[in-house]
Amino acid sequence: MELIVVTDATVSAELPAVARSLAGRDESVEAVTFAGAGAEAGDLARDLARELGGHGVGRLHVAQHALLDDYAPEAWGSALAAVIERLAPSGVFAPAGHRGAEVLAHAAARGGLPLATDCVRLAGGDDGTWHVTRTRSGGVLLEDAELTAPVKLATVAAAVEVPQVPLQPAGECEIVESAVDVPPELARTRVVEHTASETGLSLATSPVVVSGGRGVGGADGFAVLEELAERLGGVVGCSRVATNNGWRPHRDQVGLTGTKIAADLYIACGISGATQHWVGCMDSAVILAINTDPEAPMMQRATYAVEGDVHEVLPAVLAEIRRRAEEPAAAEPAEQQV
Amino acid sequence: MDIVVCIKRVPAFGAQVPLTDDGSAVDTRHLGFTIGPHEECAVEEAVRLASAHGGRVTVLSVGPEEAGEQLRYALAMGAHQGVLVDTGTTDLDPEATATAVLAGLADEPEPDLVLFGDASADAGHGQVGIRVALARDLPVVGGITGLEIDTGGSLRATRESPSGTELFRVPMPAAVAVKEGLNLPRYPTLPGRLKAKKAELRTVTCDPEPGGLHTVGLRRPADDRAGAVPLGRGAGAAPAVVDVLAELGKV
Amino acid sequence: MTEIPERADVVVIGAGIVGNSVCHHLAELGWRDIVLVEKGPLPDPGGSTGHASNFIFPVDHSREITALTTDSMRQYEKLGTLVTSGGVEVAREPQRVEELKRRMASARAWGVEAELIAPRRVAELVPFVDPDILLAGFWTPSVAVVDPLRAGALMREQAIADGALTVSANTEVTGIRTDRGRVRAVCTDAGDVETPVVVVACGVWSPRIASLAGAEIPLTPAVHQMMDVGPIPEFEATGTAIAYPIVRDMDALMYERQSGADLEIGSYAHRPILHEPDDIPSLESAALSPTQLPFTSDDFDPQLEQALELFGSILDRPDAGVRHAINGLLSFTPDGAPVLGPCPDVDGLWSAAAVWIKEGPGVGRMLAEWLTHGDCEYDMHGADIARFYPHQRTREHVRARANEGFNKTYGIVHPREQWESSRGRKLSPFHTREREAEAVFFEVGGWERPHWYASNRGLLDEFGDRVTHRPHEWDARWWSPIVEAEHLALRSRAAMIDLTAFAQFDVRGPGALDYLQRMTVAQLDRPVGRLCYTPVLTPGGGFRSDLTVVRLAEDHFRVITGGADGARDRFWFESHLPADGSASLVDVTSAVCTLGLWGPRARDVLAATTEDDVSGDALPFGTARWIDVDGIPVLALRVSYVGDLGWELHAPFEHGQALWDAIAGAGEPHGIVPAGIGVYGTTGRLEKGYRLMGAELDGEYDPVEAGLALPKVKAADFIGKDAYLAAREGTPAATLCTLTVDDHIGADGIARYPQSGEPIVTTAGERIVDREGRGSVVTSAGPAPSLGDYLLMAYLPPEFAVEGTSLQVEYMAERYPVTVARAGRTPLFDPEDTRMKA
Repeated sequence: MELIVVTDATVSAELPAVARSLAGRDESVEAVTFAGAGAEAGDLARDLARELGGHGVGRLHVAQHALLDDYAPEAWGSALAAVIERLAPSGVFAPAGHRGAEVLAHAAARGGLPLATDCVRLAGGDDGTWHVTRTRSGGVLLEDAELTAPVKLATVAAAVEVPQVPLQPAGECEIVESAVDVPPELARTRVVEHTASETGLSLATSPVVVSGGRGVGGADGFAVLEELAERLGGVVGCSRVATNNGWRPHRDQVGLTGTKIAADLYIACGISGATQHWVGCMDSAVILAINTDPEAPMMQRATYAVEGDVHEVLPAVLAEIRRRAEEPAAAEPAEQQV
Repeated sequence: MDIVVCIKRVPAFGAQVPLTDDGSAVDTRHLGFTIGPHEECAVEEAVRLASAHGGRVTVLSVGPEEAGEQLRYALAMGAHQGVLVDTGTTDLDPEATATAVLAGLADEPEPDLVLFGDASADAGHGQVGIRVALARDLPVVGGITGLEIDTGGSLRATRESPSGTELFRVPMPAAVAVKEGLNLPRYPTLPGRLKAKKAELRTVTCDPEPGGLHTVGLRRPADDRAGAVPLGRGAGAAPAVVDVLAELGKV
Repeated sequence: MTEIPERADVVVIGAGIVGNSVCHHLAELGWRDIVLVEKGPLPDPGGSTGHASNFIFPVDHSREITALTTDSMRQYEKLGTLVTSGGVEVAREPQRVEELKRRMASARAWGVEAELIAPRRVAELVPFVDPDILLAGFWTPSVAVVDPLRAGALMREQAIADGALTVSANTEVTGIRTDRGRVRAVCTDAGDVETPVVVVACGVWSPRIASLAGAEIPLTPAVHQMMDVGPIPEFEATGTAIAYPIVRDMDALMYERQSGADLEIGSYAHRPILHEPDDIPSLESAALSPTQLPFTSDDFDPQLEQALELFGSILDRPDAGVRHAINGLLSFTPDGAPVLGPCPDVDGLWSAAAVWIKEGPGVGRMLAEWLTHGDCEYDMHGADIARFYPHQRTREHVRARANEGFNKTYGIVHPREQWESSRGRKLSPFHTREREAEAVFFEVGGWERPHWYASNRGLLDEFGDRVTHRPHEWDARWWSPIVEAEHLALRSRAAMIDLTAFAQFDVRGPGALDYLQRMTVAQLDRPVGRLCYTPVLTPGGGFRSDLTVVRLAEDHFRVITGGADGARDRFWFESHLPADGSASLVDVTSAVCTLGLWGPRARDVLAATTEDDVSGDALPFGTARWIDVDGIPVLALRVSYVGDLGWELHAPFEHGQALWDAIAGAGEPHGIVPAGIGVYGTTGRLEKGYRLMGAELDGEYDPVEAGLALPKVKAADFIGKDAYLAAREGTPAATLCTLTVDDHIGADGIARYPQSGEPIVTTAGERIVDREGRGSVVTSAGPAPSLGDYLLMAYLPPEFAVEGTSLQVEYMAERYPVTVARAGRTPLFDPEDTRMKA
């Protein structure tokens, strides 16, 4: 049996496929989730069972205990360990990320079992060994590894190579509720308070970073970057040149000696893109480089490149943003008339 | 308040990681070594807590003899003593690493707090702290980006989750795995470096049993970076730039 | 990526400061079709230019380096990439104070404003240093910080705007195609470029790139450690990159400078850490850049304490941390000088390597001139790639000398200081005998040459007061009063001198005469058996060499030149051989040993070993003849660089020891002594007013100024003839003079002896500069034991080049009175040459 661990309200489609591909001919793919003691867990479990049924998962185990009603890494991990011991699956899967990795790590530790995190490929071998590929160092490397144990645990990255296997047809997913023992002292690591995400942006977490380097020319030159960052709901960063020249405080520095970011959009203004800087911003989804030198490494490696002086390009971009904001509908009809 | 911080010696590399010809490992001939950013924050936090609440900071590293360099770096940041669990040059799997950490902790007085980085900067298994905590019967929370000692003597640890901020109140002794953003680690001072250079490190040797995860080899993913799309020159590029911003939903 | 052209007039490889500058100056000189190929991205390709500390201290003891540096500063300034910060070199130890005084002399000599200052003043200029641990400072107000990346970009832009340059960045050179010893094309991953000229400006990668063409560039990458400590609020408050003077803590072999909010500390004190060019990581795999390697803190730790001592007020703070630290790679050569010019191994391949930021633009200008005109404004013989003999280009030698030289970067290096590593590489056949005679060996061109013989110590008693003993250790270092005693023994009896280090070339063939006539100033169309001393000129009419040519047969000549310049001279002669093959050149240096025999008893000694007639009639001055010496065939040249009766005896190498024994045996009754190069190169030649290549003679002075113009100009054309004729027509801007030191006693009552390199100033203490802007500087200094004087040579402008003129020499920040004893070439000792021609 292969066991999918559901730590959130929903389950991603690739997990059942991965589990199915590793399951033996006669093995089932089942799932487990956690709920507080009593009947109030029912609605959530039913929704989940419906979803799992759609992926061909036949059974959802709901581990129940008063300490499991809200996320609690130790309690959930302990409960999972108990379920694993009872069901004796050959593989246990959770989505890579926040909760999945934590719960599986707790269960693995309790069961004395191996855990491979961030897997992008999983394949079974004849001898029961799994051949997995996992990412390392933020994705710049792939590690091929073997997982050997009576029960193998793995977290599966969203980017996993989804195996081409015939899924079980969609069907009923049976809910099996069972109380588990959770040592009472594990209440010590329950979340005691949730607060909504803070609105203040930090360099490390901001979705947009507008960064300046040598080409900005001086401390005053950052005003236009500030303005753009504000417009785009982001913050201002800088290169080491800028901090070394005293143009920006060190906390604004993106790079090896500063902050490593992974923004949705990184705008590199007058930054040549020395490696020491590049490693700080390379995880950003989209990089827009503005530089007078088209051969600068940042201009080669970015997603988009604009050749030109920062103080020429940015004011024009701001003006264009303002123009479009003021006459939002004007442009399209005008084009349609042509 | 006595704190142990576990740190790992990891190679510091550029945009591309050089591998040995047989792909078995990172080619570190030209690389320097460092402690990962999460662990650097852990050391910083420990030093701050100890200076605010008294107590000593012990840094512990599992790895080759050369990991002494990273211990000394942490000492230069303000840690008080270092323990090197010498496991030789072979990379350990997470279960074996946990065993080695435990061997290093065995002779230390019971700390109030054991700090880990959320995941090492190279292997990134993200589970050693949990394995160690369980073996020592310590409560453990991970992904922590905020840490305080409240008046009752327990830890207030916060972390960011997709839904918001989660707060844990954990009794001590405890283990915590922290993430970058917790603080801004200091750079070691010159006097700190000099002191660290002279410090004695306690060395423990350990040859732990391998666990069930065995690394076969490393490789680089295919490079699918397409090369930059040119958006034009000078002010004339502005409309194209704003089109991109609009496409990304930023304006 | 720009498409790479298929053809170019010149391909420059490497877009660091040197490559950019070469391109820029070639464009200025009218070259078009220049292609610059760079493996890395622009503007910072990842070489040493990108991580250098970028400050410039203009004063160096070498005229060549100072000239390149000050020229570079002018260029950086013109490009708007220079910020003057001032700089101070500080002394912690008394010896360093002496060295700073010596730097004052160099500053005066090259015309750079500088001042010796007290520690208190240092602390006024740089408020963060602790003056209590300092003894003195050497303040140079013009010290500056430059931006070589920006300067390079501007240079490229100008050349592109001129339509002269195509830049191909991110382009890797995969090969250099050659054909019959000539460069034909540069092969890259973007395509091949056909070109007759390739300039290798690849910094630490230069040996690797040159090897693609089968050539050697002798340098090794070596680590220079740097770290940034900060933030320093006082620096942050300035809002600029540099607001305080740069400090060179010379005794700690380190520097400290503001770099934005940080204090940058650089060191040359750590152990030499050498790398192999093939082992430098690629751009992609380097953490920072290929030339910024991981910092090895163990090597730097001792320097931390010294930095804390000097800069404790800002470094010993809890907030000031080590923010960045690297092992930066830069190029080290066997003698510390750059490696420039045409490579001897492959035609059309040029080296522009081992250049510091402070010299880059100047080197670019010189190299462009050299490529265009065949020579350049400044004499570059100390940086010429052709200066290396084959063994000096081996990895082992390069590494050994770089290893030894690294800590000399900020060291106190005596002008006569000898290397300790890679010695004993070339031994003359007299070596065993010389060791028996307790020779003290100095090295030239890899040869071990006796400088004096300790076994001659008994002569000190014999000559007593006529020998000067130097009381100051610095003056006496690498010197011995025995030299003077050997000199006096030669003048009174006879001496034998090992001259095997001479480089010798046999030139033969029907075109030999025409070829040599074209290479030299003197008329060589003389009877067989005649020898000629002749200048060899650059195209611009400066000295390329000076040497002796012997006509051995109608179409067979032997060229004999100094060991120090043998490799350069060989390349110069070989590269000018006639294309039609009518003359051939064979380097016979390794086949011939040479023993000098001079002194009033020389003829008696030689006559006792041979049945040949060695009388003045049979073998007059200026002739050469084969004779038998104790059964050994010897080519006897009646010539002398010490101005006495005697011969250079040239014999097959394998007969050397027998020749030595024959002469020593025959000389014993006459009181012959072995004498060292101290006599030959310093005392003997100085009192005879003979000039030395590299000291008095170089590319910046012509034969008229040197007093070596010949009475007649031969009809045949020769290299530099136009300039030579013009010089003969005009009034020389300076004349080489010999001066006597009138009083040696310094302020502390001790007699001092200038060593060369010191400025000659007026009695009022004013610097003397000729109309071409060249300062008057001591070119050679040494005793004239026969005269009882201490002599200096220096070029003086006409108004001072008058015998009897009183002037001063500035030595170790003190001035000593001197008198012009001779203007021109007439010797002070035996002006009629009666002894030599006896």
